[in-house]
Amino acid sequence: MRGASRSKNTQDLDKRVCMTNCPTLIVTVGLPARGKTYISKKLTRYLNWIDVPTKEFNVGQYRRECVKIYKSFEFFQPDNEEGLKIRKQCALAALNDVRQFLTDEGGQVAVFDATNTTRERRETIIRFAEQNGFKVFFVESVCEDPDVIAENIVQVKLGSPDYIHCNTEEAVADFMKRIKCYENSYQPLDEELDRDLSFIKIIDVGRRYLVNRVQDHIQSRIVYYLMNIHITPRSIYLCRHGESDLNIKGRIGGDSGLSARGKEFAKALRQFIQSQNIRDLKVWTSQMKRTIQTAEALGVPYEQWKALNEIDAGVCEELMYEEIQQRYPQEFALRDQDKYRYRYPKGESYEDLVQRLEPVIMELERQENVLVICHQAVMRCLLAYFLDKTAEELPYLKCTLHTVLKLTPMAYGCKVESVCLNVDAVNTHRDRPSNVDVSRLPEEALLTVPDHH
Amino acid sequence: IACLCEKGNKQNDLFSDIQNLQMSSKILVGKCSNLTLIVMVGLPARGKTYISRKLTRYLNWIGIPTKVFNVGEYRREAVKHYSAYDFFKSDNEDAVKIRQQCALAALRDVKNYLTEEEGQVAVFDATNTTRERRDMILEFGAENGFEIFFIESVCDDPNVIACNILEVKVSCPDYQDCNKTDAMDDFKKRIECYRMNYQPLDPDQYDKNLSFIKVIDVGRRFLVNRIQDHIQSRIVYYLMNIHVQPRSIYLCRHGESQQNMQGRLGGDSGLSTRGRKFAGALAEFVEEQNLKDLKVWTSQMRRSIQTAEALNVPYEQWKALNEIDAGLCEEMTYEDVRERFPEEFALRDQDKYYYRYPSGESYQDLVQRVEPVIMEMERQENVLVICHQAVMRCLLAYFLDKSADEMPYLKCPLHTVLKLTPVAYGCKVESISLNVDAVNTHRDRPEEVKRGPSILIRRNSVTPLTSPEPNKKPRMEGLDDPIIREVTPAQLTLCSASHTTLGCLICPALSSCFS
Repeated sequence: MRGASRSKNTQDLDKRVCMTNCPTLIVTVGLPARGKTYISKKLTRYLNWIDVPTKEFNVGQYRRECVKIYKSFEFFQPDNEEGLKIRKQCALAALNDVRQFLTDEGGQVAVFDATNTTRERRETIIRFAEQNGFKVFFVESVCEDPDVIAENIVQVKLGSPDYIHCNTEEAVADFMKRIKCYENSYQPLDEELDRDLSFIKIIDVGRRYLVNRVQDHIQSRIVYYLMNIHITPRSIYLCRHGESDLNIKGRIGGDSGLSARGKEFAKALRQFIQSQNIRDLKVWTSQMKRTIQTAEALGVPYEQWKALNEIDAGVCEELMYEEIQQRYPQEFALRDQDKYRYRYPKGESYEDLVQRLEPVIMELERQENVLVICHQAVMRCLLAYFLDKTAEELPYLKCTLHTVLKLTPMAYGCKVESVCLNVDAVNTHRDRPSNVDVSRLPEEALLTVPDHH
Repeated sequence: IACLCEKGNKQNDLFSDIQNLQMSSKILVGKCSNLTLIVMVGLPARGKTYISRKLTRYLNWIGIPTKVFNVGEYRREAVKHYSAYDFFKSDNEDAVKIRQQCALAALRDVKNYLTEEEGQVAVFDATNTTRERRDMILEFGAENGFEIFFIESVCDDPNVIACNILEVKVSCPDYQDCNKTDAMDDFKKRIECYRMNYQPLDPDQYDKNLSFIKVIDVGRRFLVNRIQDHIQSRIVYYLMNIHVQPRSIYLCRHGESQQNMQGRLGGDSGLSTRGRKFAGALAEFVEEQNLKDLKVWTSQMRRSIQTAEALNVPYEQWKALNEIDAGLCEEMTYEDVRERFPEEFALRDQDKYYYRYPSGESYQDLVQRVEPVIMEMERQENVLVICHQAVMRCLLAYFLDKSADEMPYLKCPLHTVLKLTPVAYGCKVESISLNVDAVNTHRDRPEEVKRGPSILIRRNSVTPLTSPEPNKKPRMEGLDDPIIREVTPAQLTLCSASHTTLGCLICPALSSCFS
C-alpha cells in the first residue's frame, strides 16, 4: 500500500515476496491511443496495493508543463526540430525523476509511460538503466482495431488538457494526425532483433501475448497481472452482508446470522439487482453465515470464497469495543495508532487481509459483472484497491451496512455510485479518536464508538 | 458444473457439506471451471512429458483433480517389444494403425476420467504434431463439452535436446536392451520421422482462434493466445515460472528450540544450546556444498532466524513460512492438550490434515498460505529453506507428490537437511543428518483411529491431491481383431459427423491423423 512503510521486524529485507534487490524500470511502447497510460496506471495501482512502491512517469505530462499551450498535431511532426528538442528534454527530465524515485526515494518500480516507438529511444533508456543498475521490462501494446482506437480517443483524449478548446470533431481529427506522425518511424519490438530484451507484447487488447525473457519474480507477477486485465465494460457491486445479530449488540467479528432488518436488506438487495438488469452477474460471498444468508435471498447461484471472510479479531472476537478497552486497553490504543498494520493478538491485520485478498482481486479483474457480498474490513480493502487509496485511508473508508457501491471502470479510474437500499441498520464505523496515546482515559478511547444496544 | 452453484441454494447440512467437498476444489480457482483437456504439442524430446507431469502435480496440489494420459505408455502396452525407430515411419502401415488405436484408447480414457471419474483436467501427452490430429481432438472436445488448451514446446537447441534424450529417453523401457549410443542414435531418427510432417501451431492464420501457449526454447519466450478462463491463466502463470536449470532445494527445520526441549507446541522461543550447535553445523554444511548463488529463506520466528544468522549470509524472511498456529494450544505439551482439550485431541488424530486448532490453523490452511512460496521456489535456483515441522511437511508433500493424508505424518526430524534435486520427471531426495542430537518431535499416526468420512472438511476449502497413477494397463480392445469393426457410439464421438459409416477407422482422412 502506498504509504505503508516497512514494519518493525523486516529489517532491510523484503518480508513477503522475494523481490529483486534491483529496482525495475517498466517502459511502455506503442502508438498513441493504444492503452499505454491505462496500463501504466492500473499496473501502478496494483503494485502499490501489493506493497511494491511504484510510481508512473508520464512524459506527456512533462511536455504539457513545458509547452503550456498545445496548438496542433504539427508539434509531433518528425521534421519539427523545435518540437523534437522539447520532447527529448521532457523525456530526459522524466528519466531524471525516475532515477531519483528509484535510487533516493525508496521506489522499487518506475513506469516510464511514453510512446518509445523507436529503437533509438529505447536504446537510450536501456543505457540509462544500465548506468543506474535498474532492470528494464518493456510493455508494448499493439492494436489495429479501429473501433478500439476510436473508443480510446473518445474516453481519454477528448477530455485531455490538450483539447480543452476544441470541439469533438476537431480534436479527433487532430489526434488521428498525431498518430500518423508516429506511425512512419514506429519500430515494434521484434522477436529476433530484440530477443535479448525482457518484454511482453500485448496484441489486440489481450487476445494474444508474446512474452520474452522474464527475469524475475516481479516481472512474472506483472505479466500475470497484465494477462488478466481487460477493458470490456462491466460493473463491480460491493456491499456488506445484511445487519447481523452481533452487529446490533455492538460486537465485532463472530459468525452470527442476519437480524430481522438484515433479512429485509437481503430482500431489498434482490430487488435492486433485478432492477439493474445485469447481464451474467456473478455473485460471491464469504464463508460466514451472514453473507451466505444474504446471498440466499437473491435466488441466484453464488460462490463462496474463504478469502472473503472478515478480518480475524483474534482474542477480541465477539467483544464490544467497551470490553476491548476494559480488557486490552493497550492493544486498543496501539490499534488506533496504526490501524493498517496492527494485528489483533492471535488475529489478523489489514495488511494480512490485503495479502489474503490478492487472488480475489485477480479474479475480479478477469471477470465482468460481479456482486461481492462481504464484510466491513474486507470491503475497505477491495475499495482501496479500486479507488487507489493509501494504507492510512484504507481502514477508515466508510462502508456502511445496507448500502451498495457500484464501481464502473471509466477512463483511467473508477466511477463510484453509492446506492442506499433504505433499510435501517446500526452504524459500525468507528473513527479514529484524537487521543491515541496508551495513557489515555477510557472515555477518550471510547469517544468514537458508534451506538448499539 | 452448474451443480456447485445450485448447492449454494440449499440448506447447508452435513450431507451437502460432504458433497460440496467434491466440488470444493473448484472454488479456489474462483469459478465453476469447465472440464479442460490440455493437449501437448511438439516433436519428441521437447519436454512435453516433463511439463505434463509437473503441471499435473501443481494442479492437483491446488485441489484440481488432474491426470496425465501418455500415449507412449499405451503404445508400450500394445506393442510389448519395441524394435527400432522404423515403427514410427509414416509409411509403416501396421504401426500407423496401432498408434492410431492407442491414441483413441487414450482419448476414451480421457473422456471417462472427465465425465465419470470426477476429473477436472486431463493432460493428453503425445506429439500431436499434425493439424489433422489436432482438428480431430478439437472435434472430440466440442462434442463432449471440454475446453481445449494446447501447450506446444518448440526447441531447436541441439544441446537441450541431447540432454533430454540422455536424461529420460535412453533409460526408458524402449531402450532397456540398448547401449547409450545406439539408443541416442535411434531416438534421433525417431524424431526425424515426426519432423517431416510437423505443423507447428500457427497463431497468425490457421490456429489463431485456438487457446494455446507456445513455449519457446525452454521458457525463454512464450506466445500466449486467447486465454479463455481462470484455469488457463493459472496454467500459463505456472508454466512461465518453471525452469529446467539444474539446482537443488535444501529443506530443514530451525535448530532445536527451548520449547522443543520442553515438549511444547508452537511459541516463539530461541534456540537451545544444541540448536545453536546445529546452526554452526549447518553453516559448515552449506559451505561444503559450494553452491553458486544460494538463496536462504527463513520464517519470521526467532528460532529460524537465529539459525540463519549463524550462516553469516544474507537471508530473507517470509511470514508465510511461520509454523502452523496452534491457537489455544500454543505452548502446551501434548499431555496438556490431551488433558484440557480431550475432544480436540481425539479429533486431530482422526483427521490431522483438516483439523484446525481452536483459533488456530490446519494443514489445509498451511497449504494455501504456502502457495506463493512454492511458486517462488519454482522460479529460483539453489534455495535453502529454514522452516518448521508442519511447514516443511507441506513443502515436502508438494515436491514429492504426497497426498493430504500422508502430509501430516511425513518425517522431518530436527537437525536433518533434506536435499531435493529435480531429476528426470521427479525429485531425488537425500537426507543428511548433521549429527547434532535433538529431541524427537514426531508423533506417528495412532493405530486405533476410526477413519470414517471426515467431518472436519470445511466447505469450499482445498485438498491437495496426489497425481494419479497413469493407466498401467490401458484397455486395448483386441488388437488382434480386424481393424474394421462395429462403430460403437463411443467411437463415433471421436469421428466427425461426416464419418459415421462403417470403416471410418481406416478412412483416409482419419488414418493420416495418426501419423
